[in-house]
Amino acid sequence: MQKIKPFDHLVLILGSLFLCLPVVLALMSSTHGAVDIHSNGLYLTPGTEGWETYKKVLTHRGGFTGDVTGLLMLGNSLVMGLGFAVGKIVLSMMAAYALVYFRFRFATILFWMIFFTLLLPLEVRIMPSYQVMADLHLLNTYTGLILPLLASATGTFFFRQFFRSVPDELLEAARIDGAGPVKFFLDVLVPLSRTMMAAIFIIMFIYGWNQYLWPLLMTTDESFYTLMRGIKSILQVWVGSQIPDYNEAFALAVLAMIPPVAVVVIFQRMFIKGLTESDK
Amino acid sequence: MANLSLKGVGKTYGGAQQAAVTGIDLDIADGEFIVLVGPSGCGKSSLLRMIAGLETISTGEVAIGGRVVNRLDPAERDIAMVFQNYALYPHMSVRDNMAYGLKNRRTPKAEIAQRVEEAARMLELGPYLDRKPRALSGGQRQRVAMGRAIVRQPAAFLFDEPLSNLDARLRVTMRMEIRRLQKRLGTTSVYVTHDQLEAMTLADRLVVLNGGRIEQIGAPLEVYRRPASTFVASFIGAPAMSLVDAQIENGQLLLERYLLAHVGNAPGPVTLGLRAEELRIGPAGIPMRVEHVEELGAQRIVHGMIGAQRLSVADGSGAPLSETVLVSVDPARLNLFDTATGRRSELRLTAAQAPLPV
Repeated sequence: MQKIKPFDHLVLILGSLFLCLPVVLALMSSTHGAVDIHSNGLYLTPGTEGWETYKKVLTHRGGFTGDVTGLLMLGNSLVMGLGFAVGKIVLSMMAAYALVYFRFRFATILFWMIFFTLLLPLEVRIMPSYQVMADLHLLNTYTGLILPLLASATGTFFFRQFFRSVPDELLEAARIDGAGPVKFFLDVLVPLSRTMMAAIFIIMFIYGWNQYLWPLLMTTDESFYTLMRGIKSILQVWVGSQIPDYNEAFALAVLAMIPPVAVVVIFQRMFIKGLTESDK
Repeated sequence: MANLSLKGVGKTYGGAQQAAVTGIDLDIADGEFIVLVGPSGCGKSSLLRMIAGLETISTGEVAIGGRVVNRLDPAERDIAMVFQNYALYPHMSVRDNMAYGLKNRRTPKAEIAQRVEEAARMLELGPYLDRKPRALSGGQRQRVAMGRAIVRQPAAFLFDEPLSNLDARLRVTMRMEIRRLQKRLGTTSVYVTHDQLEAMTLADRLVVLNGGRIEQIGAPLEVYRRPASTFVASFIGAPAMSLVDAQIENGQLLLERYLLAHVGNAPGPVTLGLRAEELRIGPAGIPMRVEHVEELGAQRIVHGMIGAQRLSVADGSGAPLSETVLVSVDPARLNLFDTATGRRSELRLTAAQAPLPV
C-alpha cells in the first residue's frame, strides 16, 4: 500500500465536488421561484419556496387531461423500474438455467445469438417492436411498456457465467437427494444467486427507471407518463413570453434521483459482493 | 442395506473411440466395503458414477438389492454419495444440508429431526448443526457430507475420493472414522480412491482397475501378497514392489546370473516381483550397490542396483551400510510374472531345494 499524501485527498475532494455540484445545484435551485432562476441563474443556497414547489409538483394536476400528478408519474416510473428489474432477472435466470443445465441441440449457437443481440441497442429494433405491440393491442398498457424489453442478453450472460462456476457436484448431490430440475433451481441456484440478483437488480432498475424513448412511443395516454417525460413536458411549455417552471423541473429531477439512489444504497453491499465474489 | 451386482458393465463416452470402462463383473455382498483403486483415468470414477446413476450405462447391467437400476434416476436408486469436494449446499445450515434429501422424500418432520440428531451425534457435529458449511473446517465439512449420506439410510454408500481434499493427518483419522462408521452401520459401500494406502486400510475387498478393466479383485492382503499382474504389483504397496528381469535356464531362476531358486517352470525370460520387506540385508546373498537410502524412522528403504536392475529393500536393523550390501530372499516369497503379458504365473519350486546361499 502506498502512503496517502495530501495531494491524493485534494484530487478526491475536487473529483467529488465536480460530481456532486450539479446535484446540489438542482436541489438548491428547486427551492427558488421560477422567475428568480430565470433572471439570476442557478442557486447554491437554499431558497424559501421549496415546500410549495415540491407539494405542487407532486399533487398538481397537469397535462391536457388535467389528471397527471407528480405522484402518478413517480408511480409509473416505479412500475417501470421494478417491472424491468424483476422481469429481467426472472427471465434471464431461467434462460441461463436452460442454457447451462439442459443438454439440448444448438445451445451454444442459441447462446451466441442471444449474446450478439447485446450489440443491437433498442433504437435499432424500435419500429418492429412498436409494430408488434400495436398489433397485440398492448399500446398504453404497463404490459406493453415492460414486456418487449424484458429479454436481457446482459442478464442472461451474467447468470450463465455464474451458473457455470457452480460446481457440478452440487447438481449431482441434489439429484441424489431427489431434487428435480425445478427444485434444484429454486432450492439451490436461486439462493446461491442472491448477490448476483442484487447486482443485476440495481443495473436493471436504473435502466428501467431511466427509459425515455420507449415510453414516449408506447404510451399516448397521459396516465402512463413517467417522470422522465414529466420533466421534459414542463420544459416544453415555452410559449410566447411564458417562463418555463424551472423550479418544478428541478424538483422533479431531484425526486427522480431518490429511488435509484435508495436502491443503490440498499443493495450496495450485495452489489459489490455479487460483482467480486460468489457465495460458494 | 443390499447387495450390489455389476454384470458386464461398460462405458463409452460420446465421441470417444475407446471405451472408458469395459466388461466389469462384480458382485458385492451386503455390508461389504469395496474399494475401487487405480491410477487417474482408469475408469474407477466412471464406474462409481454409473452405479450412482450420474452417468448412463453404455453396456451391461447394474443391480442394487436385486433390482436392475440401469434406467432409474439417482434419487430412485436408494444410494447416497459422498463427493471429493463435499458438494454441500453453501447456503444451507449443516442441519438443512443433512435434511434436504429427506425433505424431498417427504419424510415426516419429526423423523427427519430425529435422524439428523442421531447422525450429528455419531459424527460429533452437534455443536455445528446451525452453522453454514463455510464456517467449518475441511474435516468437518466432510463429516457433514457423510452425515447427509447416513441420514438417508440408503442401500449403499458411494464414496468418490472423499479424503483427497484433506491434509495428510486428517486423512488418516477420517479414514479410521469412515471404517468405524461403516462397520457400525453395516451399509454396503463402494469407495473410489487413487491412494493405495487408503484402499488397503479400508477395503474388505479391493478392486484394482487399469485402463477400464479389472486387474484383480481380492482381499487387501491377498492383493498385496499375490498381485495378479505387474501392474497391480507396482501399484499396490509403498514402496512399490521391485520388478526385475530374470531368466529361467535349466531349472534355475537366475537374476543377473545369480542363482535365486530351483524351479520347474519353462525356461525363458521372466519378470520377478520382490517386496521390499521380504528382501533381507545380511551376511550372505547377492551383492547390491547402494544408491540412496530413505529413512522412515522405524525402518529405512535402501534403493540400489543389482547389475542393471533396480531394487528396494526395507531394512530395520539401523546398522551402518557399506557401499555394497548382500541381499537375500526366501524363494517362496518370490512373485513371478510373464514378461510378455505381465500376468502372474505360479512359481514351481523343485524339491531339490537345498538351502541356497541366497
